[in-house]
Amino acid sequence: MMTSGSPAPVVEVRGATVRFTSEPALDDVDFRMFPGEVHSLMGENGAGKSTLIKGITGALHWDAGTVLLGGEEMRFANPADAQRAGIRTVYQEIDLLPNLSVAENIMLGREPRRWGGIHWAAMRDEAAKVLAELGLEVDPTSLLGSHSLAVQQLIAIARAISTDVRVLVLDEPTSSLDLDEVAELFRIIRELKERGVAILFISHFLDQVYEICDRVTVLRNGRLVGEYLTKELLRIDLVQKMLGRSAEELVLRPRSAVRAPEPEAFLEARGLTSSPRVVDVDLVLGEGEVLGLAGLLGSGRTEVARLLTGIDRPDAGTILLDGARVAPGNPRRAIAIGLTYSSENRKAEGIIGQLTVRENITLALQAERGVFRRMRPSRQRELAASWIEALGIRPASTEQLAGVLSGGNQQKVLLARLLALAPRVVVLDEPTRGIDIGAKVEVQKLVGELAENGMSVIFISAELEEVLRVSSRIMLLRDGRVIDTLASDELTVDSLLARIAQPDDN
Amino acid sequence: MKRVVKHRLFWPIAALVALVAVNTISRPAFLSVTVQDGQFYGSVIDILRNSAPLMLVALGMTIVISTRGIDLSVGALMAVSGAVSLTIIEASPDPENLGVVLVAIGAGVLTTLFLGAWNGFLVAVLGIQPIIATLVLMLAGRGIALLVTGGFITTINSTPYQFMAQGSVFGLPFAFYVSIAAVAIVALVERRTALGVLTEAVGINPEASRLAGVRSRGIVWGAYAASGVLAGFAGILYSSNIMAADANAAGLYIELDAILAVVLGGTSLAGGKFSLAGTVIGVFTIQTLKSTITFLGVPPAVSPVFMAAVVIVVVLVQSRRVREGFARIGKALSRTPSQTRPDAEVAS
Amino acid sequence: MTSTPIRTEQASGAFAARLRVFVNRRASWIPVFAALAILIAMFVGAQLYFGNFLTPRLVSSLLLDNAYLLILAVGMTFVILTGGIDLSVGSVLAFTGIMCARLLSEGVPTGVVIPIMILSGAGIGLLIAVLVQFFDVQPFIASLAGMFLARGLAFVVSLSSIKVEDPAILWLQSTRFQVGGWYITPTGIIALLVVLAAALVLQFTRFGRTIYAIGGNEQSARLMGLPVVRTKILAYVISGTCAGLAGVVFAAYTGSGYPLNGVGTELDTIAAVVIGGTLLTGGSGYVLGSMIGVFVYGTIKGVISFLGAEQSWTRITIGVLLLIFVVVQRFIITRSRRR
Repeated sequence: MMTSGSPAPVVEVRGATVRFTSEPALDDVDFRMFPGEVHSLMGENGAGKSTLIKGITGALHWDAGTVLLGGEEMRFANPADAQRAGIRTVYQEIDLLPNLSVAENIMLGREPRRWGGIHWAAMRDEAAKVLAELGLEVDPTSLLGSHSLAVQQLIAIARAISTDVRVLVLDEPTSSLDLDEVAELFRIIRELKERGVAILFISHFLDQVYEICDRVTVLRNGRLVGEYLTKELLRIDLVQKMLGRSAEELVLRPRSAVRAPEPEAFLEARGLTSSPRVVDVDLVLGEGEVLGLAGLLGSGRTEVARLLTGIDRPDAGTILLDGARVAPGNPRRAIAIGLTYSSENRKAEGIIGQLTVRENITLALQAERGVFRRMRPSRQRELAASWIEALGIRPASTEQLAGVLSGGNQQKVLLARLLALAPRVVVLDEPTRGIDIGAKVEVQKLVGELAENGMSVIFISAELEEVLRVSSRIMLLRDGRVIDTLASDELTVDSLLARIAQPDDN
Repeated sequence: MKRVVKHRLFWPIAALVALVAVNTISRPAFLSVTVQDGQFYGSVIDILRNSAPLMLVALGMTIVISTRGIDLSVGALMAVSGAVSLTIIEASPDPENLGVVLVAIGAGVLTTLFLGAWNGFLVAVLGIQPIIATLVLMLAGRGIALLVTGGFITTINSTPYQFMAQGSVFGLPFAFYVSIAAVAIVALVERRTALGVLTEAVGINPEASRLAGVRSRGIVWGAYAASGVLAGFAGILYSSNIMAADANAAGLYIELDAILAVVLGGTSLAGGKFSLAGTVIGVFTIQTLKSTITFLGVPPAVSPVFMAAVVIVVVLVQSRRVREGFARIGKALSRTPSQTRPDAEVAS
Repeated sequence: MTSTPIRTEQASGAFAARLRVFVNRRASWIPVFAALAILIAMFVGAQLYFGNFLTPRLVSSLLLDNAYLLILAVGMTFVILTGGIDLSVGSVLAFTGIMCARLLSEGVPTGVVIPIMILSGAGIGLLIAVLVQFFDVQPFIASLAGMFLARGLAFVVSLSSIKVEDPAILWLQSTRFQVGGWYITPTGIIALLVVLAAALVLQFTRFGRTIYAIGGNEQSARLMGLPVVRTKILAYVISGTCAGLAGVVFAAYTGSGYPLNGVGTELDTIAAVVIGGTLLTGGSGYVLGSMIGVFVYGTIKGVISFLGAEQSWTRITIGVLLLIFVVVQRFIITRSRRR
């Protein structure tokens, strides 16, 4: 096991700085990787992880800062340069060719030749060699697409290491893998460690980071928080550093305290499952209450929300509304029974940029009424104007194209669209992401008002303070399972953090 | 002034005006209209009359394109509706009877409605690429039309039927009134009901529309059915013009003219917001272009070369790369401090 | 999951195991086999129905009559494999054919005319490629422009047909190499050579594998360092070149050039390629399959004329077959995606 300090780092970044807007995405960040070590880069949304990585892999040019590879300063014009220098990346979306054979996927670009053409037998043998080195029993002549995603990913790694590799970047490699597949991946990572490859392991699964990584670098809001050895860093400290809480002494409340009393449920979910992201989730929602879903990235909050509101279909589990089973199999049906969802991905799944604010606000309502019962334009304008006023949407024009509004105002437009349906449940997924403080506060206040008026809200946010402030009860999720459901009035952010970071659950 | 230029109909109208100007300069008689026996005559009148089938087809094509689709079968559908109608009239003992004619027209349009709905089924329900789905009918449609006519070019004599393409009301061609009616009806349906907005929403962002509860499937299906109906009427007009059902020639290449008209009018091939007014202008532009080519003595068979040039110019103008290139030139020329907008969000 | 999840699952029976290996290796051949099965079924059916369908003369004439379509289909396969489409091939065939006839009738030597034809086809292909690659024009629209251009140019060359009397060209068609009742013409040999060359290129060159790669995932292909831009352009140039060559063959076949040739031929070509097992979405398919698709087309035409029915039935049948293939392809894709 390498200890820090003895070998020289294979990758060294000094002073990386990037500015896209007035706020720097990266601010004078140092980073280093050692050969034969697995290093994890941690941070929540907006921390600057991908900006840093893109600079190392040649996909992005920093405004300032240097990269040293083996002590030599490097300038990568593009990812191909970095690849040639020995820095290889395996992405979450497997960037291989499912319609070609495994051997081709490994060898294309440097195929063995014979008589001016490809030497298939030699290519198959070379590929078999690489696969054997990793202990993978895969038929090199089989189609890549005929294998599971887990295997495809390992083949992607095989390609990455098939020529001299010094640094291997694994971007969220385990998000679609089950336990056995993760074990297999880790075996291969350890194999590569033995070979002296430096591995950058990017993942939000804390357990896995602690299992496989030797070293951890934490970024927050574009700045370096610190570099630590995993064996010397407590989980709770890691989470604190990522989320920016001051490192104080915590009083961990006994686990049994503050289990929330279950309200009179009108919406209930039992055993909701959609593997691998959501496993056996039970949920209870009362009228006029705000239920917060908290957890780190990848805990399954969005997936649960989408299952409840008909966007996705569950593999198993039941949903009950007023005691009766319902199956909101598509968004239209969900809306019809009063379950609405505001997507965390405003641009792709929410706002229709080329339509006006008025058209966006009245869209769902119009869709519900059907094609032939058009709302009179005057009525549409009236409705839109009243929501614009109620939610404080600026600029206060019904005919403005929704695409030019700021993030916060777009979120309000989306909210208005849902509220215009007079739903029973509103699921808000990261409603305050990327919007300014003033708008954030407005949205939070609004949620409270909705609850007071009898509407039920499920509130999802990565910011724990926000979830605490807004919700009456909080459901904690990790890796797709519910860890706990607690009443918020007895909680602090620190205790929430502690609960999330605890490795063992009942 | 800037607002006028930025209006999305500016360039289409400008192109049409330029074309008309060119024509008038080279042949001053272009714009002149004479009256004879209560009927108007002139190049402009010809354009109004001859553009009717293209107008109908282009209207349907606009809606289909708005849903991110395309309908290649419209020409073949025209052949089918003509074949069906004329076969009914020919088989009837009294081809001059208005009732018979109306039934025949109804049957023809009903057939293409069904065929259009079939296209819609393939695209909306089975999820087949629109190009291929409509390619099938493009291949098979004319064959079906030939089957209906028994392999011949059916000809008929029927004054009511002939009236549609060759008659006039208040001096203006009846076909022109059909155009106007079609534009009016489509505009009413699209803009007076919620259909237009919902169709645009589906075309602009299908996923967001789905999440908002829009019935995307029905909307896409309906678009192709509408295209079928309009193509049916266009086929009736065409066959009325030649008083024959020519399965091979009816609507030949009209789908390409229609796509061009839609694109000229400012609707993007990528789907989303559409402009019926733009399509109308596009249709007149193409018809005028054809008239110009004929007048220049170019054999009509060669006109595709000009069409090719127009297609290339239009797509280049619409191409982002070219627009960015021009924008850069424009910025360099105007030399005003340009504000840089922050690039797409960086997800971390 | 089993305890060794990485090892490809061992099926229970030996046959099932071998079938699974076959499917894993050769899944993309399945549509081709389906096409072959249909072809054989048609042969058998026609023979049973007519009694004298499967004669050496008739089968040989399949190649003779459809050599031009075979060459077109090879070019089209390249383009469709990259996920694109080329609507110009019929018009290019007409344009090069009429130009050939015109140049020959004006005394230009054959040795000059034929390269000119092939090069003009390549030129139009290049135009389409530039529009697609550098101006982000959809292949459908770009090749439409090419189609308009070629068709118009054909009429510029001549408004009516021109006979070809050049002995070299006519030799291509009239000579028959006979073995018993079977015969083959030089045009047939050319077509088969084109198929062979294309198959070798697609199988054994990096260019060929890149064609498949682009159809599979263009982004990945680029990230893997494959020459995507160059390859896409070449695909359209190849299609145009094939159209030019097909023009020569067709001129030999009909003995003349005619500007109205090839109307709708692009659709026949696309249909043949799709029926032959090439996926329209790209990335999967073989020129051998396209050849089978062409023979399916030819057989349908033959059967229809045997029946004495309208030629228009050919297009209808092709349309129906195309529909069936596309729907089945769709189901296969949806099912494999759900895995």
